[in-house]
Amino acid sequence: MAVMPHPSTWLKVTPAGLYCEPGGFFIDPSRVVDRAVISHGHSDHARPGHAHVLATRETLAIMTARMGEGRAGVTQQALRYGEALTINGVQLWLRPAGHVLGSAQICMDWQGSRAVVSGDYKRHADPTAARFEVEPCDLFVTEATFALPVFRHPSAEGELAKLLRSVALFPERTHVVGCYSLGKCQRLIAMLRQAGWDRPIHLHGAHVAMCAVYEAMGVRLGDLRAATVAKKDALKGAIVLAPPMAVADRWARRLNEPVPAVASGWMRVRQRAKQGGVELPLVISDHADWDELLDTCCAVQAPEVWVTHGREDALIHALSLRGVKGRALHLVGLGEEEEDAAPAEDPVA
Amino acid sequence: MSLPAFAELLERLVFTPGRNAKLALLGAWFAEQPDPDRGIGLAALTEELRFAAAKPSMIRELVMTRTDPELWRMSYDYVGDLAETVALIWQPRAGVNAPPPTLAEITEALEETPKAELPALIAGWLDTLDASGRLALIKLVTGGLRVGVSARLARVALAEWSGQPVEDIEEVWHGVAAPYVPLFRWLDGKAERPDPRDRPIFRPLMLAHPLEDADLAALRPEDWRAEWKWDGIRVQLTAGPGGRKLFSRGGEDISAAFPEIIAAMDFHAVLDGELLVMRQGEVAPFADLQQRLNRKTVTAKMQRDHPTAVRLYDLLFDAHEDLRALPFDARRARLEGWAARVAPARMDLSALIPFDSMDALGTLRDGARAASIEGLMLKRGDAPYVAGRVKGLWWKWKRDPLTVDAVLMYAQRGHGKRSSFYSDYTFGVWREDGELVPIGKAYSGYTDEELLWLDRWIRANTINRFGPVREVERGIVFEVAFDAAQRSTRHKSGVALRFPRIARIRRDKPVEEADRLDTVMALLTDGDGRRKADSSS
Repeated sequence: MAVMPHPSTWLKVTPAGLYCEPGGFFIDPSRVVDRAVISHGHSDHARPGHAHVLATRETLAIMTARMGEGRAGVTQQALRYGEALTINGVQLWLRPAGHVLGSAQICMDWQGSRAVVSGDYKRHADPTAARFEVEPCDLFVTEATFALPVFRHPSAEGELAKLLRSVALFPERTHVVGCYSLGKCQRLIAMLRQAGWDRPIHLHGAHVAMCAVYEAMGVRLGDLRAATVAKKDALKGAIVLAPPMAVADRWARRLNEPVPAVASGWMRVRQRAKQGGVELPLVISDHADWDELLDTCCAVQAPEVWVTHGREDALIHALSLRGVKGRALHLVGLGEEEEDAAPAEDPVA
Repeated sequence: MSLPAFAELLERLVFTPGRNAKLALLGAWFAEQPDPDRGIGLAALTEELRFAAAKPSMIRELVMTRTDPELWRMSYDYVGDLAETVALIWQPRAGVNAPPPTLAEITEALEETPKAELPALIAGWLDTLDASGRLALIKLVTGGLRVGVSARLARVALAEWSGQPVEDIEEVWHGVAAPYVPLFRWLDGKAERPDPRDRPIFRPLMLAHPLEDADLAALRPEDWRAEWKWDGIRVQLTAGPGGRKLFSRGGEDISAAFPEIIAAMDFHAVLDGELLVMRQGEVAPFADLQQRLNRKTVTAKMQRDHPTAVRLYDLLFDAHEDLRALPFDARRARLEGWAARVAPARMDLSALIPFDSMDALGTLRDGARAASIEGLMLKRGDAPYVAGRVKGLWWKWKRDPLTVDAVLMYAQRGHGKRSSFYSDYTFGVWREDGELVPIGKAYSGYTDEELLWLDRWIRANTINRFGPVREVERGIVFEVAFDAAQRSTRHKSGVALRFPRIARIRRDKPVEEADRLDTVMALLTDGDGRRKADSSS
């Protein structure tokens, strides 16, 4: 039996990010490269200007919408979940990561040695993203955004029920929910629809374009309206979705006695939630919580786990108690956008 | 399911700055929860009910039996609060499917369980709860919810929810105890109002309107009685066979902070008066009284250094006899007779000021120099004692405020409706050496348009940020009005202002021409004198 090469001999950590040497491609590179495989469309993973980009069809559409035609790869190659491709002897395929629409784990096999790069992921249900699939492997590369045992996300349905109870209690006020524009926004809308909220949902201008991309990809979001042009009275009792930084700032003054809410995993910790004047913290995250991280790292049965970004110390410690070898990669540039960053107190106006 | 519901209420109250929103949240709690849980919850919120059954160290030991020490250290380090870290990190035992406890169950069990069995009891409860519920439970059993619900706010919430006047609730509030079942039965419309009998309860105070020039012209001197408006805190004294209590203006029981007054209340009556620090019959400035306020207990030294007394305004009850329907003149006669007969220690009467015309009274008001006087009170001779602020019966005629021109130095965002506005302003004056030193902070007095303008100016002229605070260019002069200037060791400038508010934005005035610190120091009212502002404006 041939000796299987250790993954570190062919998957390298470089200043630009993870590099599959025999395949000649980078994964979520932080610098402009020739060949990039992109896990999902958030801007800390998907950067503009690469020559060749491979990703799911949805991720490519999201990147194009965000970056503009031609900036999201001079050539784009779409790959379906589960569809395999061989690049210079490296077998490559994608599995759903459950993070946002189109998000994928990047699975690679080189001479019988298998590595899976998860990108960002979650295991909780999400009507707008294909559910995470476990791919057994020899090396699992994970995120660790919420890798502390204090982060156990409650059910998102329960959190939305809180929002709807608040709307019932304050029918004159406008509930403005801070959420980032790719993923969280559409997930909230879809879940509100599931919970029976069939009234219009109003959007901050920053959220409009991405909702259109989701709709074009077949995700039904119902009646969406622009919050910016709506009359103040029309927004009584309405739900408005806006970027987290807008909910307690000047933009929100146009709303009727707004109840500022923010939907984020960070809302679990009170001090974080109190910053920025949140009155209704909703603990809804698109990242794996502590239990999901540990369960997933065990489920893939990899003897070795690499941690890209986040609270790697706690995760690596917990994995060592389970006999799994952990390594912190300290990849630069990840976790700088979207949910990884807690809302700033005061955006530069 | 009552503890999870209570936990959600707590969480909302903690995050909600707006008073009206708090009232709505409390109202929903009263409407939806059964007895006795709604009353227990109410008492816990106002801290009328405090368990302190468990020490934080016990909770910590409990969680350590289930948590890896290294992960605990990292988590506690990140969260920063012990109770919250425990609530979040707690791993419920698998297979627990008992329902979460009700508040009544918790209250009862905490009273009955021997100390040695408390950890197991609490652990069992924690296993049935989610993170919010666990936090609420831990706060509850360690005795400190700290959600900023005063008893006064709770009574207003009860009034708004039930439709009963808040005065009627206040009259019985101190006669009922948690879980307030008879109170809720009355508010539900299922029983008569509870009768407090002899228990010392609070009767809502009669309040005055500020007197405007237009009102003044219509007053006939023969209808009115005048008294000084003493600068202390308004109190109600109630004593009798059922006990003795000292209430603040809002109905808070402040007896524990003023034992010397309670000791002097050797009578059966209800009185209205002003609590003051007095030395040899002289009223000390408000700053002296401030040393005694907001304390749960008081030391012998504090009682010696800042001795308190009550200057009496009115007699509401003489033994069982309710005098409130009598006209002021008749009550005054009863008060004078009562005081002569009973002669209580640490109390004297607020003298009536004789006058022939409103003009003469105005001259008296302008000439009043003592720091202990805020102005005049005018009371109709034929007015009964009625709760609240009824227009036309009592007027307060305050002296003109002092003013100083000060420079805006720092701004901070407000709360609630104002959370997107820089609405709290720290301002300063020039010291001899040319440095600007802060003398106070104000967050009122400006119009909505001025607030908008200031907010925009502040955002455009920020030179530094310290968390939520912005330091701004020296560019704006405020005319700040205030009631008195007092010496302070807490401020760099050595002076603190009483009731500062923004009187005007002096867009015409260059910052260099704002007032100097010595101008403000000249306004200090340390005892004898109140000096008139004579600034360069």
